[in-house]
Amino acid sequence: MSKRNIWAGILFGIGTMGFIDEIVFHQLLQWHHFYDRSTTEIGIISDGLFGAFAWFATIGGLFLLADLKRRNRFNALRFWGAVVLGAGAFQLYDGLIQHKILRIHQIRYVDNVIIYDLVWNLSAAIMIMIGIIMLRSGNKKDREGEAV
Amino acid sequence: MNHQHTEQTSTMVEVNGLFSQTLLGIPFVVALILYIIAFVVSRQRGREWPVYRSVFMLLGVFLALISVFGPLAVRAHMDFTYHMLGHLFLGMLAPLLIALSAPMTLFLRALSVKNAKRLTRILRLKVTGFFTDPIVASILNIGGLWALYRTDLYMAMHESLLLHVFIHIHVFLAGYLFTISLIYIDPVPHRRTFMYRTIVFIFALAFHGILSKQIYAYPPDGVPTSEAQSGGMLMYYGGDLIDAVIIVILFYQWYQSKVPRSTALQPSMVSS
Repeated sequence: MSKRNIWAGILFGIGTMGFIDEIVFHQLLQWHHFYDRSTTEIGIISDGLFGAFAWFATIGGLFLLADLKRRNRFNALRFWGAVVLGAGAFQLYDGLIQHKILRIHQIRYVDNVIIYDLVWNLSAAIMIMIGIIMLRSGNKKDREGEAV
Repeated sequence: MNHQHTEQTSTMVEVNGLFSQTLLGIPFVVALILYIIAFVVSRQRGREWPVYRSVFMLLGVFLALISVFGPLAVRAHMDFTYHMLGHLFLGMLAPLLIALSAPMTLFLRALSVKNAKRLTRILRLKVTGFFTDPIVASILNIGGLWALYRTDLYMAMHESLLLHVFIHIHVFLAGYLFTISLIYIDPVPHRRTFMYRTIVFIFALAFHGILSKQIYAYPPDGVPTSEAQSGGMLMYYGGDLIDAVIIVILFYQWYQSKVPRSTALQPSMVSS
């Protein structure tokens, strides 16, 4: 059942990052725009598909977590590692593909947006690395547990 | 331009006059009366009906009624933001609430055995199975919205009484069909797997979101930019919010269907 922890975590991570993106960057800071004039047609489509998927992932990830709990198969390190990995992957996809290639909107409407892009994507890469490290130590712990 | 505007206003009053408002309101009142009759008959037979289901029906009919009858309906005809609010009520929230009130279950209880069997036979028909397929229901629902806002239909709706009435009935029925094709509250003879329903639902929600951004970016003919923007955002976020409820119910039913054997045994052990 080790894979279930990872799937639950990745889905929940993607969904949570999508949620944070919406609440923090769209609503609270209002850096992101719902639509700007350079938004491409394909950008609107991609955003719609990804947004819908993230919405399902948030709720689905939580139900998978509840399922792991009721089966006593929950592995905290593996689950949270996958959450961080999923969140980082979403952040990187959002930062590179959605913001830059599809031009859905920019991170912030300022002159030197490149700095924001760098911080955004670097933090995404760091999250992915932390996630992988957590997953690895989760695996290790599991093997030790089995040995005992 | 001024002349055109007054001309439009006068036809608007006709299309959205008391006659069409009443015409659209009557089916919901009839549905509520039937529900109450079925409720009374079912109680007389000694079968309890959960209070929350009746409350869902009342709320659902109320929301549907205010979106076709009264000040909101009149306002919706002139202001796109209100139009969208009315559509969220009529096409999403009211169908969801009415679906949660389990009307078919209640009717089956109230009907005589013979008639209940007849109704079940209709539910089992292939054609019923066709329309309750999530893909068909999604095309009718979301596809219908694309046709309304991306063609001349939206403009035409404001000039033809027939179109106005037809589109509003379609919005509700397609919304209801969409809801019951995804979450099974009433008996459903043609059942689809959870995975199938989830995948179709993701695409349906996606195309709902895409359409709302399209409306924001390219307002429908005759709609001022500011109204298209607030209406588009209302559609986007309102749709997400209401669909989240359907997603939670769908996934909860999925979760319940996968009860592990060890915990599934516990309730029966307690009762025995």
